[in-house]
Amino acid sequence: MFKLIKKITFFKFIALFVLLSACSPRSGTVVGDPLEPLNRRVHALNKGLDSNILSPVSKGYSYVMPDAVEDSVSNFASNLSLPGTVVNNVLQLDIPAAANNTVRFVVNSTIGLAGLFDPSESIGLAGRDTDFGQTLQRWGVAEGAYVEIPLFGPSNMRDGMGIFVDMMLDPTSSVLKPTMSSYRSWAGIGAILQKRQIYGDQIDEVLYDSADSYAQSRLVYLQNRRFQLKDNPSDAYIDPYAEFE
Amino acid sequence: MQNLNKLTLRRRFFLFGAASVVVTGPAFALDSNSARRLVDRLVAEINQATNSGGSQTKLIAAFESIFEQYADVDIISRSSLGPRARTASSEELEAFSRAFRGYIARKYGKRFMEYIGSAIVVKNTTNRGKFFEVGASVQVEGAEPFEVYFRVSDRSGKKLFFDIIIEGISLLSSERVEMGALLDERNGDIGRLTKDLASLG
Repeated sequence: MFKLIKKITFFKFIALFVLLSACSPRSGTVVGDPLEPLNRRVHALNKGLDSNILSPVSKGYSYVMPDAVEDSVSNFASNLSLPGTVVNNVLQLDIPAAANNTVRFVVNSTIGLAGLFDPSESIGLAGRDTDFGQTLQRWGVAEGAYVEIPLFGPSNMRDGMGIFVDMMLDPTSSVLKPTMSSYRSWAGIGAILQKRQIYGDQIDEVLYDSADSYAQSRLVYLQNRRFQLKDNPSDAYIDPYAEFE
Repeated sequence: MQNLNKLTLRRRFFLFGAASVVVTGPAFALDSNSARRLVDRLVAEINQATNSGGSQTKLIAAFESIFEQYADVDIISRSSLGPRARTASSEELEAFSRAFRGYIARKYGKRFMEYIGSAIVVKNTTNRGKFFEVGASVQVEGAEPFEVYFRVSDRSGKKLFFDIIIEGISLLSSERVEMGALLDERNGDIGRLTKDLASLG
């Protein structure tokens, strides 16, 4: 999988990018969902993976592991993702964030013992997370159709593309030796397990307590992501009075 | 004599009117200050409920009272029904609105159990044309604070909030999705949904 990703040339990426921006409709309210039939099937698969694997394993993980160990595992994974984040900060011309994340990476990799700890946080250098999906948005690419991606969950064309490009652009993966690389993968899994546990109630509510978990997770993803990217048109939400006036 | 009676009556009305102004404050149109005051009051109630070592029942009761006093439950519930609200009778809508208030209080009361010991701080007010949006920050211990927006309007004749947006996710949008799905399961039968709502949320 990884070699395959590396083989894809930059030219192909540009071609895909043009194709994507050409066919994506302008973002607005949550109405159009041209891929809904397919998305619903993927949703059923993802939901099954969550209830059978992710949710129970994350419960076991947080039961067995002391909190401090969980934090360190997640810190380790997140520290190694910082160089990729810096690449995106630069692509977005957000130089203060790029500088912030670079210093974070240096401090946490050294004083923070290879990223197991996060001393940067205590000196006021909180992480400023971003990804290629956001870079595309800053470049003016519209969000495109809603897609639910196997294993990854709710997304849209732009962010799905972003996930893919982030894997290709990641400077860390080309530098790490195989042993470190596998530590990184395991730590990444640990981070996902911890996240599943931290947001457990909210995730359970959407997936298991709602009447239509597909529609509810689509809404939650789209509204939250637009909010995060400050990509909300002024009429993004319902004006209930206007409907009855 | 008759004239005198009329006069007293008129005077009484006048006095009653003046008294009501003193008690409730003049009914000025909604502005940024009054929108903020409304949110200040309801946030104070939520803070009190989450910090009084509140049990879930207490929190749900607090939310029930908050929705009763500060929320335009009629419009929220009607909008949640989507297009189906147009063909519903006013009796159906009224009964649904009552059931909806309990449902929403239980749902949000439970959700706020996670934020026991947190503090909500009211921040900025934005004029959005037909309504005001009051922003607040929820500060939870040991986690990043997150943003909540209350949308306040007086278009129903009273100053009330009609939507809560938490980290970009709108209560109104979310309930429309939920009620839409529940209605579909019941072939659009609002009466049945109203009955079932008592055990939901």
